Amino acid sequence: MTTLTDPPKESFRLSMLIYDTRYRSATIQVIALLFFMLAAAWLVNNTINNLNSLGKEITFGFFSEPAGYDINQRLLDYQNRDSHLRAAFIGLLNTLVVAVLGCITATVLGVFIGVLRLSKNWIVARIMTVYVEMFRNVPVLLWIIVAMAILTEALPSPRDFRGENPEASMAVFDTVAVTNRGVYIPEALFSRSLGDIHVLGDSSLRFDISLDFMAIMAVLIAGLFFSRKIKQSADKIQEATGIRPSTIWKRLGVVFIPLIAVLVALGFHLGYPELKGFNFQGGTHMRNSLLALWLALSLYTAAFIAEIVRGGILAISHGQTEAAGALGLRSGRIMSLVVLPQALRVIIPPMISNYLNLTKNSSLAIAVGYMDITGTMGGITMNQTGRELECVVLLMAVYLVISLSISGAMNVYNSRVKLVER
Amino acid sequence: MSDTSFVRTEMLEEKAPPASTVGLVGWARENLFSSVLNSVVTLLSFAFIAYVLVGLLPWMFQSSWTSKSLTECRELFNATYGTSHGHACWGVVNDRWLQLLYGFYPDHLYWRVNLTLVLTFAALAPILFSEKTPKQFLYLTMAYPFLMPWLLWGGTIWAPVVAALGFVVGYFVFVTVSKVQSGLVTMIATVIAVLVWWLVLAGPVADTLSGILSLSIESVESRKFGGFMLALLLGVVAIGVSLPIGILLALGRLSDLLIVKAICVGFIEFIRGVPLITLLFVASLLLNVFMPPGTNFDIILRVMIMMTLFSAAYMAETIRGGLAALPKGQYEGADSLGLNYWQAQRLIIMPQALKISIPGIVSNFIGIFKDTTLVSIIGLLDVIGLSQAIRADTAWNGIYWELFAFIALLFFVVCFSMSRYSMYLERKLQTGHKR
Repeated sequence: MTTLTDPPKESFRLSMLIYDTRYRSATIQVIALLFFMLAAAWLVNNTINNLNSLGKEITFGFFSEPAGYDINQRLLDYQNRDSHLRAAFIGLLNTLVVAVLGCITATVLGVFIGVLRLSKNWIVARIMTVYVEMFRNVPVLLWIIVAMAILTEALPSPRDFRGENPEASMAVFDTVAVTNRGVYIPEALFSRSLGDIHVLGDSSLRFDISLDFMAIMAVLIAGLFFSRKIKQSADKIQEATGIRPSTIWKRLGVVFIPLIAVLVALGFHLGYPELKGFNFQGGTHMRNSLLALWLALSLYTAAFIAEIVRGGILAISHGQTEAAGALGLRSGRIMSLVVLPQALRVIIPPMISNYLNLTKNSSLAIAVGYMDITGTMGGITMNQTGRELECVVLLMAVYLVISLSISGAMNVYNSRVKLVER
Repeated sequence: MSDTSFVRTEMLEEKAPPASTVGLVGWARENLFSSVLNSVVTLLSFAFIAYVLVGLLPWMFQSSWTSKSLTECRELFNATYGTSHGHACWGVVNDRWLQLLYGFYPDHLYWRVNLTLVLTFAALAPILFSEKTPKQFLYLTMAYPFLMPWLLWGGTIWAPVVAALGFVVGYFVFVTVSKVQSGLVTMIATVIAVLVWWLVLAGPVADTLSGILSLSIESVESRKFGGFMLALLLGVVAIGVSLPIGILLALGRLSDLLIVKAICVGFIEFIRGVPLITLLFVASLLLNVFMPPGTNFDIILRVMIMMTLFSAAYMAETIRGGLAALPKGQYEGADSLGLNYWQAQRLIIMPQALKISIPGIVSNFIGIFKDTTLVSIIGLLDVIGLSQAIRADTAWNGIYWELFAFIALLFFVVCFSMSRYSMYLERKLQTGHKR
């Protein structure tokens, strides 16, 4: 008779923590965590000791004190007696403005250049190669400073626009004044305006919402919605009968007729810049600092986007184009239905990181005096209050939030256009 | 029946192709004037190039190399060409190029910077052109991390020697202990011995040695560092140190160990989410606050640390991409051979993953090298900071384009050669079959 006995119970030995693969990973993790916590505690302890010996404590109360400096390029109202928090808020909006403008122009330019780099025309492809190499291999900070120097040194001063026979004249049918003090563009005015809504009263984060703007946007969105509906019903008819009804006039009409109607109802007109005294008055004034940053960041990032677009198009195998051609598609439809949807899959992830880079590079605004969040909170506010720790930590937090939300939003978009495999 | 054959028995001589399809004409017809639209675009492009060159060439070549101030330049141009516009005053480059390259480094010690640059290339040679370099160069590569700071900052030679001795001590402890103890104990003993040597013994030993025989060269303070040399120094250090850290971070991010993974992900995403300039603010304003009271270490060292961390996070993401692109079979193959984790990484995974990520790694290198210019914002006098200082001089007040062109050229040469090298490397490492 044989009896099966359980194997002898292994007693736990200390060395098993290291030599037994069941426990080893836990051991390593605990040690890593300990080291990490020790290091963190050491840093925090040092910081507290140092701040104590300096007689500083960590407070954020200085944000409600008056800032006392001016911000000349801004979206919202701001006086120098407003709080530091208001200044930081204006700075944050300025960062977002230049980031959004930069991303749009960089994408347009980048796609254009990337496609032209693949052109069969030898000289065009060469010129674009030179552009890409020139911008990619020189630091963006230098480009920003160069753009600023070009705008301030090479453009005519407002004085040159004066007199019987002026040296300089306004561009685009006398509506845009390009001077070395910035560019003046026409502004949108409404003679029968609906007024503004003031939000958040008198606090530092107050802002106005223009009802005119909201009305126009509402009409535009409704128009686009109906235009989409028309397209969908046309698609349905095409699928059922094989005949596609012409929709272009209907779709244009449903968007533009209400839009023009609402513009007329609001009394829309443009306010043009005019030379008064020593400077231009009226219109929207875009200062050199904003323009230089915008220009340099878009040109620089466009070079990177061009390479991404080129890589994306080259990544689509030639068989795809040929197969689409064999199905009888025209070259425009091959591009829009076959090549681009697949190329987007390759293009979008690196494109996201380039948008992020552009946003982060906009912090170089400090080199040309554009008051973005780095210039306000990480610049003058920090120097005036001497609160380095609080300002830098908050500055990092703000950028972190911006970066994470951009990459979050773009990742959602990416997962929607991504080709679903298996 | 006649025996006339109507079938040709030999081939005719080949005729020359039409003149319009070969040579320069053929090439131009195919690449420049293939259609009406293409022809128009080509003509416009040529017009554009001509326009640029007409502006640029006189500016570049009808210029002055010898003037000592901008006023002198303008007088000269007015006398010669009748206008001071559109002529470059290269005199500023001629006058200040040494400063733009070396900053305020003492001029009788320039040879040390030059020697360091030569040593850098010599130390890089075994890595860059492995099969064309003699094996002996590897010793120089190992000595370089200790030689470079000594040559640049000067001081006694014993400090770097004693620091290097730490590795020798570690090696001896490893060899002796591994004869009697198991792997882990040896590891711990080695680390402790090296740390004790560096933190406790190194200082007194170096002092004693320099007391016996003081072999020292003139020391140079950090605030005299500047110009393009500073960019190269920061670039070389950040590039060299960030690659190994980046590999470790990438492995940590992909590992199964939850806590290690969380720490690595947090670090990488944090660094990649903030602009470099905020990290440089930390270096210039806050790093001393984080350290024990009384420590006051050098601004250049602080900047180096932050730039290295910054670069390492980007490197980690690039290498992670390479690791992800590797087929799973490679990992499983390594496991089935019975290799442990580190052996598999060293012998199977990393060689392939690094090869895949070369283009990304090099563009990271180029990026971090260009980003060294940001130190001018926190007040270090690199090339851009110096160009502003030069403009503040009365002699050169108002000079822009010549300085910008010179700086751009410096960066372009370095970055462009890096990108060309990465192409060479990709071709060299291409072991698959070209289709």
